[in-house]
Amino acid sequence: MSLAVDAPSVHAPPMDRRVQARRLTVALSLLLAVTSVFSLAWGASGTSLWAAMADLAAGRELSRLDRIVLFDIRLPRLCLGILVGASLAASGAVMQGLFRNPLADPGLIGVSAGAGLAAITAIVLGAMLPPAIRELTGNYLVPISAFFGGWGSTLVLYRVATRHGQTSVATMLLAGIALGALAGALSGILVYMADDSQLRDLTFWGMGSLAGATWAKVMAATPIILAALAVTPFLARGLNGLALGEAAAGHIGISVQLIKNTSILAVAAATGAAVAVSGGIGFIGIVVPHLLRLATGPDHHSLLPNAALLGATLLLAADMIARVIIAPAELPIGIVTAVLGAPVFLWILLKRRGALGL
Amino acid sequence: MQAFDIEVTLGRTRVLHGVDFTAKPGQVTAIVGPNGSGKTTLLRATTGEIPFTGRVLLNGEDVARQKPWQLAAIRGVQPQSTTIAFPFTVVEIVRLGLTAGLSAANTDLPVRALEKVDLTGFENRMYQDLSGGEQQRVQLARVLTQIWQPMVDGTPRWLILDEPVASLDIGHQFTVMDLTRDFATRGGGVVAVMHDLNLTAMFADRVVLMQDGRIAAQGTPSEVLTDATLTQTYGCPIPVNTTPPVGMPFLLPQARMTREPC
Ligand SMILES: Nc1ncnc2c1ncn2[C@@H]1O[C@H](COP(=O)(O)OP(=O)(O)O)[C@@H](O)[C@H]1O
Ligand SMILES: [Mg+2]
Repeated sequence: MSLAVDAPSVHAPPMDRRVQARRLTVALSLLLAVTSVFSLAWGASGTSLWAAMADLAAGRELSRLDRIVLFDIRLPRLCLGILVGASLAASGAVMQGLFRNPLADPGLIGVSAGAGLAAITAIVLGAMLPPAIRELTGNYLVPISAFFGGWGSTLVLYRVATRHGQTSVATMLLAGIALGALAGALSGILVYMADDSQLRDLTFWGMGSLAGATWAKVMAATPIILAALAVTPFLARGLNGLALGEAAAGHIGISVQLIKNTSILAVAAATGAAVAVSGGIGFIGIVVPHLLRLATGPDHHSLLPNAALLGATLLLAADMIARVIIAPAELPIGIVTAVLGAPVFLWILLKRRGALGL
Repeated sequence: MQAFDIEVTLGRTRVLHGVDFTAKPGQVTAIVGPNGSGKTTLLRATTGEIPFTGRVLLNGEDVARQKPWQLAAIRGVQPQSTTIAFPFTVVEIVRLGLTAGLSAANTDLPVRALEKVDLTGFENRMYQDLSGGEQQRVQLARVLTQIWQPMVDGTPRWLILDEPVASLDIGHQFTVMDLTRDFATRGGGVVAVMHDLNLTAMFADRVVLMQDGRIAAQGTPSEVLTDATLTQTYGCPIPVNTTPPVGMPFLLPQARMTREPC
């Protein structure tokens, strides 16, 4: 019947998810570039990016209005969107690796709330600080304060939820709820103490928004977020190892304590800075890493950079929706990410209920 | 590998009471004993997973003074069971062994290690979808990838295994025990917690018998596995080298010695 009795069986070449992940990195970079251009072109005012580019190419001066709209409104907003989106998604991925759990998201488990409380404290009570300190911190007072808030909450959470290197999902989520409620209540007290102009800042900020983007905010957030993102490649191997459990990670040569401390610091810095400039924007940190794990697997070497790229892209897209859906007014972007992200989150829960032991 | 006066207290219970033991390179050392006698605890203490008092030397050096990456280069540890947090594939898990130590550059080791534990073709399966025994062999492949050479520059390397054959079928029990035997023959050291006394008798050079957090006996299999010690340790009469009543089927791994290898 068959002639080739001894022919070796033909195997399809093994698919290597690392190659797919690298291709995805390229694709996501392109997607982010394209989205950025659209984000610049998109807005309530009549300013046209294309017309402005044609003007520039022809060597004509831009009108004053076009200059202001493009360089002082849309461009800082674009930069802030990229920074915040990248930091939310990458922090989510790092946090999930650290807690060994796909549900650990800074927004969900109270880290953002802790950072928010510290930021509000800085906004409302910052004026009471000695002038020397205000001088020293300048623009950075709110992000630095948010960083310490995020760091403190992450430390508390990790202490409460992790025993012998195993994180209990239920404890983590419940502790996160308690922490979030406490931070929310304290923030509420501070809001009562705020004056009118602070109050307007706080309300918009509380729902999460990129609308207040200024170059000052971009400058304040950039060094902190870039530093945190620059650390993440060094965490990749450690977070992969931690998936085996803390003990096994140590046996393959990982300094577990160092990885844990660095991860917590990086998450606190990135989340703190993002919260300080844009308020509580939820679900990016949980949805983005989850989609990427489905696509190319959980290897943190590619997951962390890809999460930053996709997070930035999705946040820009959400921001465009926020800007036009009720134009000429605009929606806080946190509402858009919640409306889009919450159903995805529920879907993750449904699919993974068994595996999470909930 | 030497351990001196190891004492461990977990919660409020003293689990190990001053354990001394020695394992030599070139040998398979089996740790046996009833459930809860402290075998896993002894391994976890000697590998630095839990706090203990006492001293542990590996190749003559105090492990407490070495960094994780230094230890990872000379010692691989297979835990009793491992749950993985994320949907990694089999080869991705095994590749984690590459990130450590001397084997890091050798990228075909994961595939060869999987072949050694008879899991060729499983590379791209999801770890979570495998059976318990298959998962255990994946973990062994990961440890082998990390500690591929039994000797490096004349220094022995070590495999520390907690019940490596506990959930395996008899064929794969042989696969794994042959592997450890081969590793020791080529100069490496193997310390394995064992459940099966027959396999222990067949493969171990040295047996450490534990009872209630103490060493009840240690020595060669024929010194330790006697009617008297086993009966005393396991609390029920266990006659050694005695065939069962006529007509009752029995199956001894040792009988393989009379056949072709599998
Ligand atoms: N975390 C713990 N807290 C208290 N007791 C423990 C803990 N872990 C193990 N033990 C106890 O220590 C004893 C030895 O356990 P173990 O070393 O796992 O036994 P085995 O020899 O079966 O591997 C058992 O009695 C067990 O109940
Ligand atoms: Mg045990």
